[in-house]
Amino acid sequence: MDQDIEPIVIAVTGLNAIDSPGPGVAVIRALRDGLPKNIRIIGLAYETLEPGIYLHDVVDKTYQIPYPSAGSDALLARLKYIHQQEKINVIIPNFDAELHNFIKVSPALKALGIQTFLPTQQQLDARDKINLFQFTAMHGLMAPMDKIIYSADELYGCAEIMGYPLVVKGKFYDAIIANTFEQAQKAFFKLTAKWGFPIIVQQFIAGTEINIAVLGDGKGNATSIIPMRKLYITDKGKAWAGITLEDESLINIATTFVKATKWKGGCELEIMRTADGRAFFMEINPRFPAWIYLTAGAGQNQPAALVKMAMGEAIQPYTDYAVGKMFIRYAWDHITDVTEFQQISGLGEL
Amino acid sequence: MRLKKNIATSESGFIFHPGTGDSFSANPIGADILLQLKEGVAPSDIKKTILDKYDVTANMVEKDWDDFSAQLREANLLEL
Repeated sequence: MDQDIEPIVIAVTGLNAIDSPGPGVAVIRALRDGLPKNIRIIGLAYETLEPGIYLHDVVDKTYQIPYPSAGSDALLARLKYIHQQEKINVIIPNFDAELHNFIKVSPALKALGIQTFLPTQQQLDARDKINLFQFTAMHGLMAPMDKIIYSADELYGCAEIMGYPLVVKGKFYDAIIANTFEQAQKAFFKLTAKWGFPIIVQQFIAGTEINIAVLGDGKGNATSIIPMRKLYITDKGKAWAGITLEDESLINIATTFVKATKWKGGCELEIMRTADGRAFFMEINPRFPAWIYLTAGAGQNQPAALVKMAMGEAIQPYTDYAVGKMFIRYAWDHITDVTEFQQISGLGEL
Repeated sequence: MRLKKNIATSESGFIFHPGTGDSFSANPIGADILLQLKEGVAPSDIKKTILDKYDVTANMVEKDWDDFSAQLREANLLEL
């Protein structure tokens, strides 16, 4: 009986299930589908209004954690406290910006008995959008031509080489398509104000957006690969609906990536496929995507497999998945009481 | 004219391309043609069935067939 077994305690970040959602809630749904019923989910939240905090059938208990800018020592201190309360078995971080700290503290966590399944700092840096063109070229893959710039004047040179439209991208998030110098300049200032320097200017590639959710075992094997085409894209560029695809070339691209990098953990490959069938890497996100629950729906539950691998279980790579499996995201007004908001705001726990 | 092997069709005329995620709808005659193509019926036999079944001239069938083929090709649903 599940109830007789000590629960697996899994801590998850990214509970911001908003219009540009973090993956946490989707990760948890997949865990609850794919693992024994008595798992205990600990939410790790930065903001007090992250919806997952208040979804008590999704998250059993939530603790606030310090922002990534507070550094790894502050994170470790907080995680030690939470571990004393909860006896965490596995942590799954789900934000790009927090990964550096989690990777840094992972040896200390391991010493406490907390498992992670994360890429190395070198792997994280190699796939950074700042290094993407060089990284893909090194592994026989394709990415749009790009240039890293620190001054708006450099946009002239970019336009001469790449022409318009071109894509102006922030250091961490956001991308703006610019059709003129004025638009590019405006995008440059907007993105530097939000994310700081540098700015990445990228050649515009027209095509179909395809995302691939990948789970690597850290030894060069892809445990799971699920390609998905976005069917409905929000004004923030997020998939609001998508469908799994059958395409051997996409599986091959992901396999090449994992083999080349020995990627450990979940990641999302953002691909633009042109009309003539070429696949360009637009970005490599070093964590599960917000649509990760589709992998469970398609028959390859990546979050559940990650937890098992983190706990030392050998998982055979998946081979089959359901093609034509769709997700359609929805917004849902959850009603809660101010006392709950007060508790997470005042005590940092709920 | 041969449909790609992995193309999914239904009796209602829904067409799904699993490689691209594209989906299309065909009218009842189009759905019937697609189902027959999936079963490997030769185009000449399908055209003959249409001529027998509907009040239509051979010229009109040829014209509509060419038009339908062009749409299928455009949608990347046919073997090259």
